[in-house]
Amino acid sequence: MDSPYDGLLEHHDVVGDDSQWAFGTDFEDPLAGVDTTVPAGLDAAELAAYCLMLGDDALVLSHRLSEWCSNAPDLEEDIALANCALDLLGQARLLLARAAAADPSVVPVLPEGSPVPAEDALAFFREAVAFRCHRMVEVDNGDFAQTMVRLLLFSTVRLAAFEQLSTHADPVLSAIAVKGVKELSYHRDYAARWFVTLAQGTEESARRLAAGLDALWPLYAELAAAYEAGPAADVVLDQVLAVAGVERPDRPPRAGTGHTEALSRLLAEMQVVARAHPRGQW
Amino acid sequence: MWELACSVTDPEMPMLTLEDLGVLRDVREEADGVVVTITPTYSGCPAMATMRDDLVHRLRDAGHAARVEVALTPAWSSDWITERGRQALRDHGLSAPGPAPAVTGPVLLDLFPTRRAIACPRCGSDAVSLTSEFGATACKALYRCTDCLEPFEHVKEI
Repeated sequence: MDSPYDGLLEHHDVVGDDSQWAFGTDFEDPLAGVDTTVPAGLDAAELAAYCLMLGDDALVLSHRLSEWCSNAPDLEEDIALANCALDLLGQARLLLARAAAADPSVVPVLPEGSPVPAEDALAFFREAVAFRCHRMVEVDNGDFAQTMVRLLLFSTVRLAAFEQLSTHADPVLSAIAVKGVKELSYHRDYAARWFVTLAQGTEESARRLAAGLDALWPLYAELAAAYEAGPAADVVLDQVLAVAGVERPDRPPRAGTGHTEALSRLLAEMQVVARAHPRGQW
Repeated sequence: MWELACSVTDPEMPMLTLEDLGVLRDVREEADGVVVTITPTYSGCPAMATMRDDLVHRLRDAGHAARVEVALTPAWSSDWITERGRQALRDHGLSAPGPAPAVTGPVLLDLFPTRRAIACPRCGSDAVSLTSEFGATACKALYRCTDCLEPFEHVKEI
């Protein structure tokens, strides 16, 4: 090899056309070779809708967490938040791919010959109204304390749900859940430790934590109901609140359903390049 | 064919082969070529794409058409890292994982820093302190030896 750049080209003669959709470069189907037949007795459309809900929540919160990249209070938290974002992005890819395989009609129709794989079509070519994520994951990060509150609430509820989904009748969803439990355990405990640390830190950190909890609590009921997290999530939250010495907020759930304006702004940023170059290849 | 696939190393931890890491699950020959099955370490591990490419290219260079499939079940566990892999990690200044936590019932909340009985891979001291549960790749935590003061990475139990 004369130049390190030769390595980038050396296989083209063997493989043929190696060009890929620009936004999916190096990303092959995360379910390649996995049997995605929907088991008898399960409704494919319902399964796809449920996987989209779980996948969209992961995708949107992953994007929010990634906004901390290079902005966190210190390098360790920067890396930790990026790690959590990456795990959720991985879960989102698997779940969106699972939804597309279960019910191909959920995937937006793109021009004939489009190189965009189904999971990317779902991520980049749906309007906000077609997303099934919850308001909890959509709203802006707020400060570090509010980000930790959201990560605690979200990962507690999701972990409880994934523990139940580990025995789901769809073997693909159950496999995603088994893997997710291991990852979410790290996220939940990380956020819970920061929750306690901030609650018992300075007057300022406790004030900010309380403000973050107050802001997000009205969105908790919607998330917990959708995930059917049951008492398991409440038990964990009460443990964290007790150790932190923080009262469970006395605030009613926010009225209405649907999406926040924040989701549209997030998607505008996330989708703009893909939508501008739907046939982009390199 | 298995030996050929085994010669591919992890892109992030090149002292480990994919076999040592435990992600290489199966290599079989079918009518249209070699099918290699791998299991992702973490759902979002970006190294998986490179592993796939490296496997396909290694086999193609040896004259075999190849494709890579994914097996999600059973989920990867750090327990699958071989003894040779663990020694390679230690030889390269990384701390190898202890036994993965047994999953029985709900995952209990842990509000204290994870305690692991590990030693500094450089000086052997067990006076180490956790810097962060998250490191430069999804599979590692950051530690510091309080005797020789060197930082080191620990492959997490999962």
